Amino acid sequence: MSNAPVDKGRRRFLTVATSVVGAAGAVGVAVPFIASWNPSEKAKNAGAPVEVNIGKAEPGQLIRVEWRGQPVWVVRRTPEMLASLEAVNDQLRDPNSDEPQQPEYAKNLHRSRKEEFFVAVGICTHLGCSPQFLDQGMGEYVEGAQAGFFCPCHGSTFDIAGRVFQGVPAPYNLVVPPHYYINDNTILVGEDGEQA
Amino acid sequence: MNKLIAWFDERIPMTKTWNIHLAQYPAPKNFNFWYIFGVLATLVLVNQILTGIWLTMNYVPSAEGAFASVEFIMRDIEYGWLLRYMHSTGASAFFVVVYLHMFRGMMYGSYQKPRELLWVFGMLIFLVLMAEAFMGYLLPWGQMSYWGAQVIISLFGAIPIIGDDLTLWIRGDYVISGATLNRFFALHVIALPLVLVILVFLHIIALHEVGSNNPEGISIKKPKGSVPDSEKPKFTFHERFTKKYDIVDAFPFFPYYIVKDLVGVAIFLFFFCYVIFFAPAMGGLFLEPPNFEAANPLKTPEHIAPVWYFTPFYAILRAVPDKLLGVILMFGAIVALFVLPWLDRGKVRSVRYRSTLHKVNLTVFAISFIALGYLGLKPATEVYTMFARIFTFLYFAFFVLLFFYSKNENTKPVPERITK
Repeated sequence: MSNAPVDKGRRRFLTVATSVVGAAGAVGVAVPFIASWNPSEKAKNAGAPVEVNIGKAEPGQLIRVEWRGQPVWVVRRTPEMLASLEAVNDQLRDPNSDEPQQPEYAKNLHRSRKEEFFVAVGICTHLGCSPQFLDQGMGEYVEGAQAGFFCPCHGSTFDIAGRVFQGVPAPYNLVVPPHYYINDNTILVGEDGEQA
Repeated sequence: MNKLIAWFDERIPMTKTWNIHLAQYPAPKNFNFWYIFGVLATLVLVNQILTGIWLTMNYVPSAEGAFASVEFIMRDIEYGWLLRYMHSTGASAFFVVVYLHMFRGMMYGSYQKPRELLWVFGMLIFLVLMAEAFMGYLLPWGQMSYWGAQVIISLFGAIPIIGDDLTLWIRGDYVISGATLNRFFALHVIALPLVLVILVFLHIIALHEVGSNNPEGISIKKPKGSVPDSEKPKFTFHERFTKKYDIVDAFPFFPYYIVKDLVGVAIFLFFFCYVIFFAPAMGGLFLEPPNFEAANPLKTPEHIAPVWYFTPFYAILRAVPDKLLGVILMFGAIVALFVLPWLDRGKVRSVRYRSTLHKVNLTVFAISFIALGYLGLKPATEVYTMFARIFTFLYFAFFVLLFFYSKNENTKPVPERITK
């Protein structure tokens, strides 16, 4: 053993420097482990847009398609359904769609590009269940309502434009996914399109 | 034989460990019924690990193969049904014994100084156990596996700003998919059991460092030299325990308590086997009916309820109309238990010598917990929600009240020694 005097400052500097470099290395090693949990390329590709043919939809009918593994609804609303939208405004949490739950072009009373067709992700904003579509009989859950969506998990209710009613667990309106009309009979769900 | 033992003892502390932790470990002589659940939890842990390993031999961890492989285990593997029911019943049994074990600790003040860390390790075990159970429940890939996981993972979405990215990261997809299933499988069979076993080891080491509490809540360690030899138990305790203290009113853990516990184990196995053979689904409590149908992302079951052991916390979540606040309160219900040793400022441990107020408070807490568990199974109607709110309030009131009255509590005098 050497009897040279101990340089404490130097020893401390080396200890700190080694620790810092070691910590940086540990963070670096953590990156691949954490990043590997992100969606794979395959999963991202599966998130590609889908086409919906609405040519044969009857008034009052709901078409269900799968996009990114989630149910997406296209509802062809009847004139009565559209007329009911104004009437329930004061029973809603966010009647003007102020929360960013929809693209800009769907931030209107009917929450869609065309009044008649409502496009939404069919997953409750509370805890991710898929609500039921009630083309009538919504009055059982909300006084004065005709048609809408009812989530069986925790009783959240939405009007026929996917706007959430007050006093239920769901905090936000249903999500309107990006979509546009390729032609009069076809909607593409998943992209905003150039006309946005 | 002695030579062989000596050979080992020179190289590893074999006899010493045996003596410190079993043959010469002083356990208070007045353990009652409530002291069986630690041993039972260990037994169930062994059952889970053993049956779990055997189940992985035939289980296929993929969205395409999982459901079918569970059916394969049930129908085509010899005794596969038994191994699976032992595992699924074991999961519920684990929570039964752990909840009773925790309540024992609360009754007799086993979390109080100097056993705070022991309690915290126990709570960590409880937390890992919940994660383990939750991830295990996804693996059969039934409807309730799928939608239950959907609900629980969405909880993280309530966290402001990072919520959505966090849930995406946990799922590894835009919805729950095979990617989620595979990572849950990895965590369920490797990562969490490893953590669990380490925590159980630490729990026991911490217990044997401070010594076991007992129903009287009084110490069996007396100042060295204060106890005449005639009053000392006629047993040899390890020097580690007797060096600083005189040990009174105690038995060696082995063979005395081990033998006594065997009776409890036999009774437990009687119930355990009854469930395995005659009621493996326990009327939809242990295995929920929708789970006999394969997962379908496009169809939500009519009524989603988690497995019974999560329902008390689930009821708290649902009782709150605000999403973020509900999540905070639900996790708060567990955090409150974590910090219990510091909320209780009392010096008297056992409920036997504490105030009537404390007895009432603890009883109300137990009732609230059971009531919340029941309400969490039921659909969220107006009446049920109202009750859930009342019991949520009472659940938290236990901790708040305890903090205030425990400082100057009207307790009974505590005896010097364990009597009888």
